[in-house]
Amino acid sequence: MNIKSRVIDAAGFERTVTRLAHEILERNKGAETIAIIGIRTRGEFLAKRLVDKIQRIENRELQFGFLDITLYRDDLRGKLTQPILKGTVISFDVTGKDIILVDDVLYTGRTVRAALDELIDLGRPQSIQLAVMVDRGHRELPIKADFIGKNIPTAAGDEVHVLMKEIDGEDAVVLTDAIEGGKS
Amino acid sequence: MPLTESSRRLASRHLLGLEGMPKEDVQLILDTAKSFREVLERPIKKVPTLQGKTIVNLFFESSTRTRLSFELAERRLSADVVNFSADVSSVKKGETLKDTARNIEMMKIDIIVIRHAAAGAPHFLSKVVNAIIVNAGDGAHEHPTQALLDLYTMREKFGQIEGLNVCIVGDIAHSRVALSDIHGLKAMGANVSVCGPKTLIPREIERFGVRVHYKLDDAIRESDVLNVLRIQLERQAGAYFPTIREYREYFGITRERLDKVKRPMTIMHPGPINRDVELSANVADGEHSLILQQVLNGVAVRMAILYLLGTAN
Repeated sequence: MNIKSRVIDAAGFERTVTRLAHEILERNKGAETIAIIGIRTRGEFLAKRLVDKIQRIENRELQFGFLDITLYRDDLRGKLTQPILKGTVISFDVTGKDIILVDDVLYTGRTVRAALDELIDLGRPQSIQLAVMVDRGHRELPIKADFIGKNIPTAAGDEVHVLMKEIDGEDAVVLTDAIEGGKS
Repeated sequence: MPLTESSRRLASRHLLGLEGMPKEDVQLILDTAKSFREVLERPIKKVPTLQGKTIVNLFFESSTRTRLSFELAERRLSADVVNFSADVSSVKKGETLKDTARNIEMMKIDIIVIRHAAAGAPHFLSKVVNAIIVNAGDGAHEHPTQALLDLYTMREKFGQIEGLNVCIVGDIAHSRVALSDIHGLKAMGANVSVCGPKTLIPREIERFGVRVHYKLDDAIRESDVLNVLRIQLERQAGAYFPTIREYREYFGITRERLDKVKRPMTIMHPGPINRDVELSANVADGEHSLILQQVLNGVAVRMAILYLLGTAN
């Protein structure tokens, strides 16, 4: 990966997660009705951070889970290889909850569309709100985030990556040159 | 997301049998099935994955459980499903398998699930049509999806298959389940043996790397799992053993027999069971039995196979 610039560093990352946690609590008037669901794989780590943060602020246990949206993707057909399923793990009833759906980067909106469809097959949440670390624009569907870490308008040739300690060894948001593979 | 997305594919675009299937492919199917087991616990047990795909279940031999399991798997992946059974079809009018399949394929079918009395029928089909072929049992040859669900069920119970001592008991000679089980279990590193009357054990079965027991008590003593096959009463007609009673006496799994070994024993059976012939009722319904678990896992395993094959190009 050829890093062009570092948009958020480790300290900034921590502050951004803290702000997102407070915004979520402000909007929902506390943590009583909310549950956090991360979209696998990278949204899962950000979701865990938010859970830790909110639990510390509110001093209460939060329900959280992970969503593997692979089976709901709109680009599965005719693939040379099949995405490996990591599985959806949601051990509580989503019905009646205010679900905070978490992903690292919001781009075309197609992943979020798939996640919404899957969530609604799991039950009837009171509401679904979307929290992302980065909104990089270029939407292909009418979807917008409720909580955004940072807006990063990107050119077609740029890639945005949210790095996290758990898998990348550091917390950061970086811009890189485009790599093959296209939009996701 | 290109950086983190990891994907794999099966070596073959069909599922014809487990003979020669690489271990990684067996593992990929079992791992994938785990996600589908979760889907089966949801309030809405359906995902849109195979929307727009058409699957025909081409059953030239009667089957209730396998066909039902396939059909559920197909519908839960949102595929369109067409059923065909030989007793009400043009096969009765003398049409060949190739013509039947070609006609069906002209109707834009993506996947053909076939059960046929002739060994090799799915392999033949895979050469004459473009659709993806899934073998749902061909003669006394293979029944790969049954073996995969057996493997899944064993792995779920024991954590891993490697090193497990598994004995297949009963009519090995006429069983497609036995052969697929042997290939799958060997690929995953299990120690496999077979047990039954001499007349029902194929000569030279040892060549597959399995041991042979002619006494059930020996098999029980050395095994963690007994996979008990159905005695095909309709096939027997007294030719392979003198009487059903005698078979039960020597090879029927009973609680008394299992109690002789002082360790937990696991019993599996592909169904349908002849109660109190190969398996006594109190074992089939008892704490040893994984039989109903096998049925549940069967749907998940078939969904996994259809997902892996059906989304490929």
